[in-house]
Amino acid sequence: MTRLLSVRDLRVGFGQDPKANEVVKGVSFDLDAGQTLAIVGESGSGKSVSALSINRLVDFGGGRITGGSIELTRADGSVLDVTKADERTLLGIRGHDVGMIFQEPMTSLNPVHTVGAQIEEAFRLSKGLTGEQAHRASLDVLGRVRIPDAQSRLGYYPHQLSGGMRQRIMIAMALAASPRLLIADEPTTALDVTVQAQIMALLAELREETGMAMIFITHDIGLVAGIADRIMVMQNGVAVEQDEADRVLDAPQHDYTRHLLRAVPHFTSGAAVRGDSARPTASEPIVKVDDLVVRFPVGRAWFKPKGAIHAVDGVSFDLMAGETLAIVGESGCGKSTTARALLGLNTVTRGDIQVTSGRSGRPVQMVFQDPFASLNPRLNVEALLAEPAIANGQRLDADLRKRMAFLLDRVGLPQDALSRYPHQFSGGQRQRLCIARALMLNPDVVVLDEAVSALDVSVQARVLDLLIDLQHEFGLAYLFISHDMAVVERIAHRIAVMFAGQVVEIGNARAVLHEPQHSYTKRLIAAVPAVERRRQRFAVDMTQVPSLVRPAGYEPPAAQWREAGEDHRVRLEEQA
Amino acid sequence: MGKLFSALFRHPSGRIGLVIIGLYLIIAVLGMLGLTPHDPLKLFAIDRLKPPSATYWFGTDLLGRDTFSRLMVGIRQSMVIAFASVAIATLAGTIIGLLSAWWGGVWDGIFMRVMDVLLAFPAILLALLIIAIVGPGTTTSIAAIAIVYTPIFARVVRGPALSLKQRDFVDAARTFGSSQPYILTRHLLLNLVAPLAVQVTLALAWALLTEAGLSFLGLGTQPPTPSLGLMLSESRNLMQQAPWLMIFPAVTIMLGILGFNLTGDALRDILDPRTQRREA
Repeated sequence: MTRLLSVRDLRVGFGQDPKANEVVKGVSFDLDAGQTLAIVGESGSGKSVSALSINRLVDFGGGRITGGSIELTRADGSVLDVTKADERTLLGIRGHDVGMIFQEPMTSLNPVHTVGAQIEEAFRLSKGLTGEQAHRASLDVLGRVRIPDAQSRLGYYPHQLSGGMRQRIMIAMALAASPRLLIADEPTTALDVTVQAQIMALLAELREETGMAMIFITHDIGLVAGIADRIMVMQNGVAVEQDEADRVLDAPQHDYTRHLLRAVPHFTSGAAVRGDSARPTASEPIVKVDDLVVRFPVGRAWFKPKGAIHAVDGVSFDLMAGETLAIVGESGCGKSTTARALLGLNTVTRGDIQVTSGRSGRPVQMVFQDPFASLNPRLNVEALLAEPAIANGQRLDADLRKRMAFLLDRVGLPQDALSRYPHQFSGGQRQRLCIARALMLNPDVVVLDEAVSALDVSVQARVLDLLIDLQHEFGLAYLFISHDMAVVERIAHRIAVMFAGQVVEIGNARAVLHEPQHSYTKRLIAAVPAVERRRQRFAVDMTQVPSLVRPAGYEPPAAQWREAGEDHRVRLEEQA
Repeated sequence: MGKLFSALFRHPSGRIGLVIIGLYLIIAVLGMLGLTPHDPLKLFAIDRLKPPSATYWFGTDLLGRDTFSRLMVGIRQSMVIAFASVAIATLAGTIIGLLSAWWGGVWDGIFMRVMDVLLAFPAILLALLIIAIVGPGTTTSIAAIAIVYTPIFARVVRGPALSLKQRDFVDAARTFGSSQPYILTRHLLLNLVAPLAVQVTLALAWALLTEAGLSFLGLGTQPPTPSLGLMLSESRNLMQQAPWLMIFPAVTIMLGILGFNLTGDALRDILDPRTQRREA
């Protein structure tokens, strides 16, 4: 094995005085050719900055390397200290030696050029290929990233492709230069789980085909288990632990690594579902949704819509007081639309939603996914918490302040929070605020729409615990919308799996997770990354989600169900 | 608000702009209180066309009136018209922009097409048209300039309001059952203060120029009330003999516009969300 990269005591700072504002405080690591290093840490730990220093992209974000060295062995065998290289040399490095893929494939691709033109450009810049040669090379590389029907895909624009497809295009562009090192900065964070599994499998296969080294940056230590040779754990700009992957995962030395591993939602195929409160069969459900249909018209021809997006197509479920029903599925499956329909936030095409009015006039409240977007940045906490009460005719008086103080205490926020503004809180604290706000009206049902998805894993675990406590204390029913099976396993009593606008499997959480019946449920569960399953290998599964745009007047065939056990129903699959 | 001012003062061009505007406001107030070195309307018949001196700081005009005193009152006149017209335009534009964004559909179409028609005319031409119909005067100038700049505010408000309307916190407010006026003011308008503040300072500069232009054409402030445009217009034929009659009003107009523009640019820098740090 030859040494490819050797980083010694790397320090990177930002701002006017980079020495005073160091984000990376002395990180050292080595990487051999063909090896994969995973850098794991929570947001702000300096993991991305460390990796971006290797091709000096960090300069463009306002960062400055304040100390240390980065020695990169180039293709001709010469060793170069990247920290001292000039911009010309760096251009060569970025084009030839070090490839890069980013988190958000939509913003890394130019929306006004076809993906073909962009891949050909990558070949022109790195290898000097033009015209027919570049075209052929592009076709070839699309094949390598397993994009079917490559010839026609080259003519597509980025917006016509799904997130997973776009990320594959980005990988193809990075491969164009045949890099000896590929830096992947959270490449799957913006993607759905099954797509994430596809990309991870693809990266693993490509690494074997090309023999390139990889630096894989992620916040999810569970994700890297299957791909990394070495793992470096970062916290506050310092590498707290680095070693062989197996050693880090099985015998973590540092407290923070142990903490990360504990916080990773461990998916155990239904073994860890909640044991409390069995479903009361006798009582009436508090929410009853019957054959809910939500369609959005698309494409107008002479004032009549040409077709419709069948966002939700015949969804039925009911929710008992005090129970958690999780709706799982991937983006675009209609789970959020279902939740929003329940709150009256979008118009319902057909179907029936019955909510038994319990303790208050507004029995259903909601917590949104993004705690940064769901709190008005210009209002202080007192105004934010008071809003639901004021909207329902209460006044901002001593009683209301007492309730606010009580709820702040219950969600674990300090009393002096009332006079502060949202930007003064962390993501997890903001989500606690949103939960407190949803409880202001004393609801019976809280809809949690990906409520913990935007949070760091350790924060996620604490918010989940809080939710379970609050559920017991206030007797709340949760409709928990999520794409994350491991999270769902911890909080759900029952699970409904949605695919392409329809519920394909619904039932008791243990049954659904332990003995999944529908092929989609099985795929979803297989895609969950887990430390425990790191030695399993998955083939690259290229199944695409079907289009939900249907011609006007189209009605799907009636659903056929089969009972798979007590409280466990599965939709029969069409024989293809 | 105090924080904003200190931030403006730390910004290099913001400091210059603030100083200029402050100076103009002081002069305008002094002009309003009649605290001028001489009576701006009084004719010093023996001191006609005197160059700047210790008695007449900026010289005198053809009728022997003191240019400095007239400039002070002229600045007052310009400031009153600029602030009044921009205030009206801001109010009207904000309401129209907010409601079009909120109601959407047909209302949006109607409101914004009317605004488009107004925007299609050059500002000064539209103002001329309005004054030609109603007749010149201070009130008409205010009204005309307000109408001319209303569409700009409507557009500045509508764009961000449309995107704010889609934000989660507006959806959240709907789930509590918050009233429409509450959502419009607390959730939309409060978040529009930054772009509006920038637009207001820039519009003040344009309004100052438009007012000067109208007066120059004889359609704004009517003599004998002094105004910057009018003074420029009177100086036209005396450019050779008495250049101070042209230079001082011209520089006054220019500095005023510069002051508002510099402040506007500084405000834009300070309030730009991309330069604001979001704490995670």
